[in-house]
Amino acid sequence: MAATFVSSPHSARVNRVDWVMLQVCLALVPGTLALVWFFGWGVLINMVLATVFAVVAEALVLRLRGRPVLLAIGDYSAVVTALLFALTVPPTLPWWLTLLGILFAIVIVKQLYGGIGYNPFNPAMAGYVFLLISYPVQMTSWLPPHVPALVQAHDLTLLSFLDSARLIFTGELPAGLSWDAVTAATPLDEMRTMLDQGNSIDIIRQSPLWGSFGGRGWEWVGNWFLLGGLYLLWRRVITWHIPLSFLAGLLVMAGAFWLIEPQTHPFPAFHLFSGGAILGAFFIATDPVTACTTKRGQLIYGGAIGALVFVIRTWGGYPDAVAFSVLLMNIAAPVIDHYTQPRVFGQGRRV
Amino acid sequence: MKLQTPQTAEQRRKLWHFHGGVHLPEEKYLSNGKPTLDAPLPRQLVIPLQQHIGAPARAAVTVGDRVLKGQVIAEPQGYISATVHASSSGVVSAIEARSVPHPSGLTAPCIVIDTDGEDAWAELPEPIADFEQADANTLRERIRGSGIVGMGGASFPSNVKLNPGADQPIDTLVINGAECEPYITCDDLLMRERAADIVDGIRIMLHVLGAGRCLVGIEDNKPEAILAMQQAVALRQLGGRIEVVAIPTLYPSGGEKQLINILTGKEVPSHGIPAQVGLVCQNVGTASAVADAVLRGRPLIERYVTVTGRAVASPQNYRVRIGTPASELIDASGGLRAELAKLVVGGPMMGIKLDSDAVPITKAANCILALTPQESPDPGKPLPCIRCGRCADVCPVNLLPQQMYWHARAKDIDKVQDYNVFDCIECGCCAHVCPSHIPLVQYYRYAKTESWAREREKRAAEHARERHAAREARLERLERERKAKMRQKQAAIAPKGATAAADGDAKKAAIEAARKRAAEKRAARAVEPAPASAAVKPRVESESVSEEQG
Repeated sequence: MAATFVSSPHSARVNRVDWVMLQVCLALVPGTLALVWFFGWGVLINMVLATVFAVVAEALVLRLRGRPVLLAIGDYSAVVTALLFALTVPPTLPWWLTLLGILFAIVIVKQLYGGIGYNPFNPAMAGYVFLLISYPVQMTSWLPPHVPALVQAHDLTLLSFLDSARLIFTGELPAGLSWDAVTAATPLDEMRTMLDQGNSIDIIRQSPLWGSFGGRGWEWVGNWFLLGGLYLLWRRVITWHIPLSFLAGLLVMAGAFWLIEPQTHPFPAFHLFSGGAILGAFFIATDPVTACTTKRGQLIYGGAIGALVFVIRTWGGYPDAVAFSVLLMNIAAPVIDHYTQPRVFGQGRRV
Repeated sequence: MKLQTPQTAEQRRKLWHFHGGVHLPEEKYLSNGKPTLDAPLPRQLVIPLQQHIGAPARAAVTVGDRVLKGQVIAEPQGYISATVHASSSGVVSAIEARSVPHPSGLTAPCIVIDTDGEDAWAELPEPIADFEQADANTLRERIRGSGIVGMGGASFPSNVKLNPGADQPIDTLVINGAECEPYITCDDLLMRERAADIVDGIRIMLHVLGAGRCLVGIEDNKPEAILAMQQAVALRQLGGRIEVVAIPTLYPSGGEKQLINILTGKEVPSHGIPAQVGLVCQNVGTASAVADAVLRGRPLIERYVTVTGRAVASPQNYRVRIGTPASELIDASGGLRAELAKLVVGGPMMGIKLDSDAVPITKAANCILALTPQESPDPGKPLPCIRCGRCADVCPVNLLPQQMYWHARAKDIDKVQDYNVFDCIECGCCAHVCPSHIPLVQYYRYAKTESWAREREKRAAEHARERHAAREARLERLERERKAKMRQKQAAIAPKGATAAADGDAKKAAIEAARKRAAEKRAARAVEPAPASAAVKPRVESESVSEEQG
């Protein structure tokens, strides 16, 4: 396109889409390592599978749509979607569910709406929710974190790489193990079930499942994702508006209810370091395509997601709330943008 | 290298900052280390009739005329227009369309002077040394007669800007020495070398405006210029009225509205001019040109120009006669030494790409920039917008560039206007940071021109509609009148049945006469068809006039 070369500015461009996406991949490394540490090789296998499925699916759809394939693959956005998806599903998820989720995310949610930049919903979260609703059992069968306290209490063995691969590809457990012995509820699930049974927080927290902020193991995963999130802030891939307002919205809601009824509401840090709160705040809600674009809008958007996370976790039908909250606010983003336009220089009262 | 600038309490005045902006590689060191040279006298000068905003000047010489340096060769047409002078002596060899620095690569009428090498001066108007006793109108007239326009790039006639009217009292003159575009150093060198002239120009303009004070804004990456200006102000003991202020280096601080905001905290209203908030802003180059015009009688026939970029052998600033071809300046700088990706007049952020190096230096041309492929790489095919919002983060006007882009792409011009595209200053920050390499500014220019075109079309359509309605009304009126006459006639005829026979003779005679006239007419038409058709025309014209009146 010769025309692009003519108009000012003539300066060298300072940003690239592929650079932005690679920074996100890089920022996921600490959290990924923590997940692998606590939950075994299944996490990595899922990531590789999801990435391959996503890139192949994207390439095929682009060909069908008659769009340049390499240009779009080269922006690494499909890779980011795949990685985020794989990090949120259980490490033992059968391969065909990963395939289904990725196909839904890439083909229907992303490409059918026009590809990168045009999708109204976060593809990774839409894929996740699609699976969660369709296959709730497989999607909530998490492994217990491999931490000393639990290993001793439950006589746990961490699945080897081959065992993990066999489980994912064939659904066969290693000899002598049953599904009940391998899987466990997530802390959010556990907390919810125990509260439903009428237990008080003090009693619930006596279980060895609980660490200092949230579930043992889980809380550290959140910390490592936080590190990656700070890296993204430092590289200016994201701005503070959405993560901060997300966490603030969650903490304010959790804090208020905890202050009112501390025996039926877990303390606020539990919400922060359980489930996908940190990952969601820094990596998922910040997806630029589906988030608000005005700064004031981003504060509202993030804060509302945080508040919704608490609402859904506390009163909703599913223990995991980040995906639902993000998708709900994706719908609202254009309207929020419309009503939060900044005051243009030279307009308004201040003269 | 850090130069100490004298700091007084005043210099630590409060500064404001506008939204956004970008830090760019300055690249000023390429050309700011050497004193300014006089550019060689070219064999031929090409002087455009329009080097300013407003109506083009009308040539006051004809081909073959001998002209002298400083002689008026084109007169302004109308109030917003500017005088054009010969920048050296010679013979007018052509008045024709030549390529000029214009975004579309258009040609425009120019006066071409074959120089004679004598550089002989015309008789110049008397200097007005005691300008403080002079009437403001006299000074404005001198400035107009000297062809002075804003030399920062917008090239608006300065006398107009210096005449805001009695209803808009001016308290502060803002002098723009920010020079925020990378590479360009001509204002920097001008301030270093001609600070006293700039200060004189400021005094004259303060007098013309009746303004109390002047703020000179200079980006802090030009310590020598700041020092020189402060010394010149101190030398004239004008410390109380003229204040030289170092402002942080941030593109686009040199935008008129941005600089005013930095220095005073005031926001020039959207679609408004600085005079509405009691300010007038002029470039340092304009100030020195005003001093030349008033104190020496010299018109604006030369300016400082930076020739730079890594594709030229020896970047350098020159005093250049208006009308000198850019190619001469590149040759003077040792020619091109590296692969040339782009030749630009102006800076890398807002400059105009040149298709040819034959274009002349105009009053607004501050820089000839020869960029290598490394300095100005092809941004490649634009990718889809990922809505990251970096464009909005850097927009100095606090617009939403991304939303404007989506609507411009959809050709929804009304929506683009709703997002205030006409407040866009086309600084290029958004396109500079866009990770998808979308030529955003180009989309906004498209939306603006499209909107202007639609406005014109709308006016034309409105005009046509009014004319059509008038014509309909007139035809209806004529029809009514005709019918009314018929009724009258019939009413007159009906009761007089007895006189019918007598009338019949008269009627026959009348018919015969009419036939005769028609035959004569036919004969005349056969002999001279042209006048006959010409005779029809005036009727049509008079009809259309009556349509408009009707």
